[in-house]
Amino acid sequence: MRTVQAKHRSQWGLAAIGALLVTSTAAFAAEPGVPVPWQMGRQTPVTAEALDLMNFEHVLHWLAFAISLFVLGLLLYCVFRFNEKANPVASRTTHNTAIEIAWTIIPVLILVGVAIPSFRTLRTQLIIPTADVTVKATGHAWYWSYDYPKAGEDGGFTFDANIDEEKEPKLLQTDNEMVVPVNKVVKVQVTSTDVIHSWAMPSFGGKVDAIPGRLNEMWFKADREGVYHGQCSELCGMRHAYMPIVVKVVSDQAYAAWLKEAKTKFAAIDDGSKLAAAK
Amino acid sequence: MATAAAHAGHDAHDDHKPSFFARWFLSTNHKDIGTLYLLFAFFAGCVGAFLSFGIRMEMEEPGLQYFTNPQTYNVFVTGHGLIMVFFMVMPALIGGFGNWFVPLMIGAPDMAFPRMNNISFWLTVAGFCSLVCSLFVEGAPGAAGAGTGWTVYPPLSSSGHPGPAVDFAIFSLHLAGAGSILGAINFITTILNMRAPGMTLHKMPLFAWAELVTAFLLLLSLPVLAGAITMLLTDRNFGTTFFAPEGGGDPVLYQHLFWFFGHPEVYVMILPAFGIVSHIIATFSKKPVFGYLAMAYAMVAIGVVGFVVWAHHMYTVGLSLQTQSYFVFATMVIAVPTGVKIFSWIATMWGGSIRFTAAMHWAVGFIFLFTVGGVTGVVLANSAVDKYLHDTYYVVAHFHYVLSLGAVFIIFAGVYYWFPKMTGHIIPEWAGKLHFWLAFIGANILFFPMHFLGLAGMPRRYADYPEAFAPWHKVATWGGHIFALGMVVFFIGVILAFRSSKRAAANPWGEGATTLEWTLSSPPPFHQYETLPRIVDEPAH
Repeated sequence: MRTVQAKHRSQWGLAAIGALLVTSTAAFAAEPGVPVPWQMGRQTPVTAEALDLMNFEHVLHWLAFAISLFVLGLLLYCVFRFNEKANPVASRTTHNTAIEIAWTIIPVLILVGVAIPSFRTLRTQLIIPTADVTVKATGHAWYWSYDYPKAGEDGGFTFDANIDEEKEPKLLQTDNEMVVPVNKVVKVQVTSTDVIHSWAMPSFGGKVDAIPGRLNEMWFKADREGVYHGQCSELCGMRHAYMPIVVKVVSDQAYAAWLKEAKTKFAAIDDGSKLAAAK
Repeated sequence: MATAAAHAGHDAHDDHKPSFFARWFLSTNHKDIGTLYLLFAFFAGCVGAFLSFGIRMEMEEPGLQYFTNPQTYNVFVTGHGLIMVFFMVMPALIGGFGNWFVPLMIGAPDMAFPRMNNISFWLTVAGFCSLVCSLFVEGAPGAAGAGTGWTVYPPLSSSGHPGPAVDFAIFSLHLAGAGSILGAINFITTILNMRAPGMTLHKMPLFAWAELVTAFLLLLSLPVLAGAITMLLTDRNFGTTFFAPEGGGDPVLYQHLFWFFGHPEVYVMILPAFGIVSHIIATFSKKPVFGYLAMAYAMVAIGVVGFVVWAHHMYTVGLSLQTQSYFVFATMVIAVPTGVKIFSWIATMWGGSIRFTAAMHWAVGFIFLFTVGGVTGVVLANSAVDKYLHDTYYVVAHFHYVLSLGAVFIIFAGVYYWFPKMTGHIIPEWAGKLHFWLAFIGANILFFPMHFLGLAGMPRRYADYPEAFAPWHKVATWGGHIFALGMVVFFIGVILAFRSSKRAAANPWGEGATTLEWTLSSPPPFHQYETLPRIVDEPAH
């Protein structure tokens, strides 16, 4: 029941935001996976969950906008109606029980309304479905490495992804990309070998911290092929701004081909000590 | 109506002021210590503003323009945060206005522990010196200063910064924290024991309420910070591994401890501002504060709930679903008492006869901008949504709306409101209003586009960024210049005030100014209330 209501709410919210935000977001982020100049909204979501979150966020922003506008309206009314020229004699009213109850209860109701989709989206985000592909991303100062654990014939290799400062868009490209198949549940396990980093991917709607001594997880199921860019999102020292994250989402066939190629390519530089940590 | 003390016009010349050195360096007078705090906050604010100017200039364009080493940029960001929090906002609102006006408002001759008051101030100054020292010694390999962010998360602050800069920064927080704890004890003792006869807690002015709640927040949260950074210090220097996983520790433990302090700390910075804005709104609306008790207890509620929401700063560290759900819920609860305060301020204006002085401009501007910062806080409270926005410029926009446009606006509001009382001089109204409009427009142009940058994915604490983020950064930098221009107007206003022969009356603001400080001369005598004022009938808001 709760889920049904919440779904209904987000649909209503989507309708309510009208053409404005949807079109503006779409127009600004013509190409998913990268930010564009003058962008005002989120990067185009490429998973159903990220889309859901964007819609929820739009509802929150319209709510925020409405509340700010309401407060501004009241302030402006006071400024024009109750300035000392317009109203030379001040009232002495200091209490009004009804209105005080109203401005306590109404915000509570609004917040309960916000909490329902908030808890629903949080469950979706944190309860990780059975993964088709698991990749381990490890943060280092200042680059990422990716482990593809052994799964049958495939996997069992690891490689580093260093920034490639020659390629455009600048600061968003690496020499090797993390490659995953489209329409598959991908679980990313994230950890670090030195300081805390954060593995962020705006197109998938989130990030998770890479903390030494911990193995954090997030998941996504990209619904379209493409190259998606993110950046380290926890201050990690001098080259914090220079350790981008690139995920290439490809078709099943291309993924299979890449796995084969990667195994030979990266096996050469893998010293074999890095075992697959993931199940 | 509060009765005026009989000696309101007491002659200041017979006060036996000590010599210059004894008065300003060995001070035990709450007003002098308050002045020292304000001057210090002003000086530290200039240093912090210089650092933010460096940040904004660098951010104007992608690529590295002014900083050859991005680590130096990180040091600027860290210094800006620590200085503005610990050495500008806190000294101004608590040490400065708190010291000046809590005793005056509650009808006390001075603070309860005048000598402790003095050491609180000098510990803060010593803390600042230690922080400045940290800028010039090695932190990360090959770079001077602590570039850890104001949160000083390990392992970046331990293994990531082998040099002594972080030790100096930790020592700085220890000193400033000790000063604040002593100050908090002083405020609590003063407010609970030294109110004038007849001034019950429920008749006490809201600024005193705000400082009381703030003092409790400091007293309960700062020891936790002190513990956390002491553990960090021993991790760094004595081989412990509280936060080092290789020894069985956990970096996330530090974050829990830090934010157990850090979240109440944000209310420490805003509650005194809440108190000040209540007085300004009431004074210039010529009405008592609407819903006085609700206003006081809303602050108490914010203080209490503020202690149980800390992990909303940590949604991305891998907390369990249940934990995150709890912190989402608890965080949103805070919006309710905050809403009560916003609406009560508006209700105070409602039906009033409002005089738009410079101070009132700042107070009304604050209400709107704090609302904007508050509603983006509700957006961020939702853990699922925050996963995208965490550590982006959206968060930078959010906390600058509540702090830079919230606390800082009210520091200026307080200056314009109380400057005549503190100095006897009058800042020309035009200067205060022009300053307000430049600051209001400038700060909005500076910080509003940061929401867009964050939504577009720009991470915070980046010395360099992809080309796509450049346009909004350029706009933000223009806003920064406008804000800086406002500061020039402020300086001119203060200079003009001291050069003018005009002197402030005891109560320059008229019938709306009902708190006890307006019954004294401007500036007040060196020692006031030698005969304690008596409070009769209705509450002195």
